[in-house]
Amino acid sequence: MKKLFAAASVLALGATGAIAQELNIYNWGNYTNPKLIEKFEAETGIDVTITDYDSNDTALAKVKAGGHGFDIVVPSATYVPIWVSEGLLEETRPDQMENFSNMDPVWIDVPWDEGRHYTVPWQWGTTGIAVNTKYYDGDIDTSAIFMDPPEELKGKINVVPEMGDVMGLAIMYYGGEPCTNDKEILKQVRDGLVEAKKSWLGMDYGNIEKFAKEDVWAGVNWNGSTFRMRLANENIAYGYPKEGYVVWMDSVAVLKDAQNMEEAKTFQNFIMKPENAALISEFARYANGIKGSEEFMPEDMKTAREINIPEELKDKGTFLPTCDPDTQALYTRIWTDLQK
Amino acid sequence: MSDMALNTPPEPGALELEEARQDNRSRWLLALPALLIIGCFATLPLLVMLVYAFLTPGDYGNVVWKFSTDGWVAVLLQRDIFDDTLMWADAHLSIFWRSLRLSLITTVLTLVFGVPTAWFIATRPREKRQFWLFLVTVPFWTNLLVRTIAIQELIRSEGVINLILLKIGIIDEPIQMMFTDFAIGFGMTYVYLPLMVLPVYAAVDKLDFRLVEAAHDLYAGRWTAFRRVILPLIKPGIIAGSILVFIPCLGAYVTPRVLGGGKNLMFGNLIELQFGAGRNWPLGAALSLTLMAIVMVALIYYVRVTSREREDV
Repeated sequence: MKKLFAAASVLALGATGAIAQELNIYNWGNYTNPKLIEKFEAETGIDVTITDYDSNDTALAKVKAGGHGFDIVVPSATYVPIWVSEGLLEETRPDQMENFSNMDPVWIDVPWDEGRHYTVPWQWGTTGIAVNTKYYDGDIDTSAIFMDPPEELKGKINVVPEMGDVMGLAIMYYGGEPCTNDKEILKQVRDGLVEAKKSWLGMDYGNIEKFAKEDVWAGVNWNGSTFRMRLANENIAYGYPKEGYVVWMDSVAVLKDAQNMEEAKTFQNFIMKPENAALISEFARYANGIKGSEEFMPEDMKTAREINIPEELKDKGTFLPTCDPDTQALYTRIWTDLQK
Repeated sequence: MSDMALNTPPEPGALELEEARQDNRSRWLLALPALLIIGCFATLPLLVMLVYAFLTPGDYGNVVWKFSTDGWVAVLLQRDIFDDTLMWADAHLSIFWRSLRLSLITTVLTLVFGVPTAWFIATRPREKRQFWLFLVTVPFWTNLLVRTIAIQELIRSEGVINLILLKIGIIDEPIQMMFTDFAIGFGMTYVYLPLMVLPVYAAVDKLDFRLVEAAHDLYAGRWTAFRRVILPLIKPGIIAGSILVFIPCLGAYVTPRVLGGGKNLMFGNLIELQFGAGRNWPLGAALSLTLMAIVMVALIYYVRVTSREREDV
């Protein structure tokens, strides 16, 4: 099977006449398992280069500016429709690829890529609350941890500066729907965030070691990242806000102006294999969308609260829709006000 | 050309004219590489920015080719999000004020640490000065980002400084230094210190110490000698150093982001926001050009003042 796969890709490449086989992946920082890349390189002979970004907007801005040299990008669900409508993605038809049968049916007819004509799941997760329980032992399943922080945590809170996620959490905290343009709710959101910020320490990415070394005690964070924090510091726990939390999925897409189109498609097919998808999860500690990958995953992932949403909180999660440009402009203004 | 010069003896003065012309030509040729680089990598991008600042933002970044002055208006004015009244863009103003204040503080701090350092180096025996100067340049060997992240290791809760203070019993619990204004000031002072030390050193190096002796002979105390003799003589170095520190500080991006925790924007971060999540390139371009205009005005003012002083002397 493996041989056949390698042979097929060699044939495909031979046909395009490429000699040096390369693949340039543009992905979130600290998100790609080196072992996955080693395995891909060993099986296909393609040389992979990874470049990091820290937000969807950075990635979109850079690729739109052109001259980037990337083949693959991994945008979040909310952003996929923008990438498609801006004509940046190649319709690679993953649904016709060999390993597509492994895809969990739940993730096939998704609103951002109906029938999976462009993208393959990378990982999915939630945006919720991380707390160091050594310093606070109250209820952590609430956005109040960062919107109305308990006395013990004041001055030690970090909020990831991902505008969509934070706005989504804050809007749901005040009972609104994500992407709302209801001014009443947005005024509450703005005033609430500005007031809450006085109790925050930072708005920064790359928090795993800052939580582990207890520079930061609580904050808005992603589930897999919190899982990795807990592995480094056992006091850290993950909470699912009952007012509503954000569910997201990042998907692998191929850029229209990719220099290495065939290699990029090979990669999309490669990661739909259960044992390869499991490697993705093993590193970044998020779930993927591939059936049968569980059996290749580390034992501790099967019971972890960060991955397995408690039954009573399951229906509190929401996928963020793509907001229209006017609403987005409104949110940017609130965001600038927050950081002034 | 040379044949002609041989056949007809040149008119008096024509030879000089020809020489001057050739001189002029070679000067232009020598300057060409620099002019090309400035033209391609400074003037052209600036023109692009100038054009973009007058266009309409695209829905998802980039620009739409439609003339608009909204970007420029938004630098200073904004409509309230909720009741639509026109008012000062106090977010932009307070962010600019923060950058300005921090740049001034950093300049003063680098002066406080830089001038004595430069003085120390310049008063060493000549053969030892090279060694000290060399030490000043050592930090440049490492990437700025790496150095900034290394500072985190010093100031974090379980960092070197807190551990030492806890050990010798000066404090009972760690001081919060990371993600504070102190951290930004500390980092910026460290990063920009060499830019102050080097020009001040050059000025002190040229200082004629016989003048200081003469001042003492004329009953000037140490303070008077410093204020009336040394300071005026090394002033050009101090001013050059201050400019070199102040201007990059205004647009500083990495240090405030890594050490300040990103909670409060600096002007550089505000510009970045417009090109990223804000998706408002015209506003970003207008903000950049505004910053540049302010720096230019300050520089022109400085040149005017110093040249007038020179005339006075």
